[in-house]
Amino acid sequence: MAYHSFLLEPISCHAWNKDRSQIALCPNNHEVHVYKKDGAKWSKIHELKEHNGQVTGIDWAPDSNRIVTCGADRNAYVWTLKEGAWKPTLVILRINRAARCVKWSPKENKFAVGSGSRLISVCYFEQENDWWVCKHIKKPIRSTILSLDWHPNNVLLAAGSCDFKCRVFSAYIKEVEEKPGPTPWGSKMPFGEMLFESGGSGAAQTAGGGGGWVHSVCFSHSGNRLAWTSHDSTVSVAEGGKTSTVNSLSSETLPLLCVTFITENSLVAAGHDCYPVLFVYDGAKGSLTFGGKLDIPKQAAQKGISARERFQNLDRRASETQSTEKDVNTLHKNSISQISVLEGGRNQCTKFCTTGMDGGMCIWDVKTLASAMKDLKIV
Amino acid sequence: MSKNTVSDRFRKVDVDEYDENKFVDEEDGGENQGGPDEAEVDTLLRQGNMNGALHAVLMNPPINTKNQTTKERAELLVVKVLSSFKSSDIEKAVGSLDKVEVDLLMKYIYRGFEKPSDNSSAVLLQWHEKALAVGGVGSIVRVLTARKTI
Repeated sequence: MAYHSFLLEPISCHAWNKDRSQIALCPNNHEVHVYKKDGAKWSKIHELKEHNGQVTGIDWAPDSNRIVTCGADRNAYVWTLKEGAWKPTLVILRINRAARCVKWSPKENKFAVGSGSRLISVCYFEQENDWWVCKHIKKPIRSTILSLDWHPNNVLLAAGSCDFKCRVFSAYIKEVEEKPGPTPWGSKMPFGEMLFESGGSGAAQTAGGGGGWVHSVCFSHSGNRLAWTSHDSTVSVAEGGKTSTVNSLSSETLPLLCVTFITENSLVAAGHDCYPVLFVYDGAKGSLTFGGKLDIPKQAAQKGISARERFQNLDRRASETQSTEKDVNTLHKNSISQISVLEGGRNQCTKFCTTGMDGGMCIWDVKTLASAMKDLKIV
Repeated sequence: MSKNTVSDRFRKVDVDEYDENKFVDEEDGGENQGGPDEAEVDTLLRQGNMNGALHAVLMNPPINTKNQTTKERAELLVVKVLSSFKSSDIEKAVGSLDKVEVDLLMKYIYRGFEKPSDNSSAVLLQWHEKALAVGGVGSIVRVLTARKTI
């Protein structure tokens, strides 16, 4: 696995360009830095300075090569590359709290911004006035939107919120697209219509739906499955059409902050435990199981301990062993906050990337992981 | 400069209560939740069926009800059952619980920590160690993030 330490500060968010030669990230301040791969090194080539508050979300549209950023200053900017420099265009979001996350739609003609104003701003470009206009999705969101993900049909939008629910909305904008065909999530999709809400009535006191903030949502490649992670250490999957049953798994780990599908049946999630974890979803049985911890631990060399060291350890930490179990022997030294698929898409992912609060970025190779961990099954 | 000679009681008003968009937890009808069946649990304890008593006391948790006395009664009952186990039996007992029951047990343990009495904390600590081995830190996270407490 390739681990590169960019900074000492946390990486708030990151986004890759189309050929994965450049990465845009926010070094926990008001700016966005763009790094270019230079053999084995990364060199900073651009600094995008326009925000007045911390940049909370970055997304890079692969085909149209535009970057959209959103920040705690309640603004979003669309950056286009002109003559070798990135030029910002302000987007009026009409929100009165910080923006938290932003995502381009698959066709890149719209983007959605989640904010602390308890609403989602869906923005599209209005040709006649040459500016970005936004429409709001408000009901029935009751708290901050923490994460967004678009369905492949460019219309449906999943939103994870601090009111403990994960929802699917329609973000159909008639000015920029045709009416969408029916999907397993529903067929009537006017703008703002909610097609799915997790934790609906009938959810027993078993895990899922009701415990924690929804940190991250992700549609599968086909769009038929939706996965989300929640702050009560659960990960859940819902299938369009069978939304009465949501399958959740209460994990034994600390809460997971980000999740992505790597095949139609496998998810990788990561969070406060500093290592990515694999989950396998069985559609036929409707079950979600823990697949394995995806981190190759460093070979802990347990050399013989001298008597002096043994007594020193006893004195210091009441244990004779060299290292306590709490030693961080994972690649990331702090929580992983974002995960992105690099190669292969969400149905045949071969490489994915994680960034975290340790300022480092790690690129994971799925084949290497599968061969290193023999019981790992990526279906 | 105007001097405020009128009463300043308005400063003690909690304005968040009047915000129409204030987040309110969903009210779930919990009036029929009476907590675990005391009689049944007592019978099982007297018979010496410890594991049975444990399963019985973990049934029907008063999660949805707002009745504080029900919750306290349930808690006392649980602590009574937990205290009547021998230390060596605790691990096996925890092993016989499923995931949901382990989470529920953790919730009762932490609630028991809030109001220690006699020897209860020591006993609860032993149970906590065994439950942690099975449920992991995830079960503790679920105690902390649960909106509906027992």
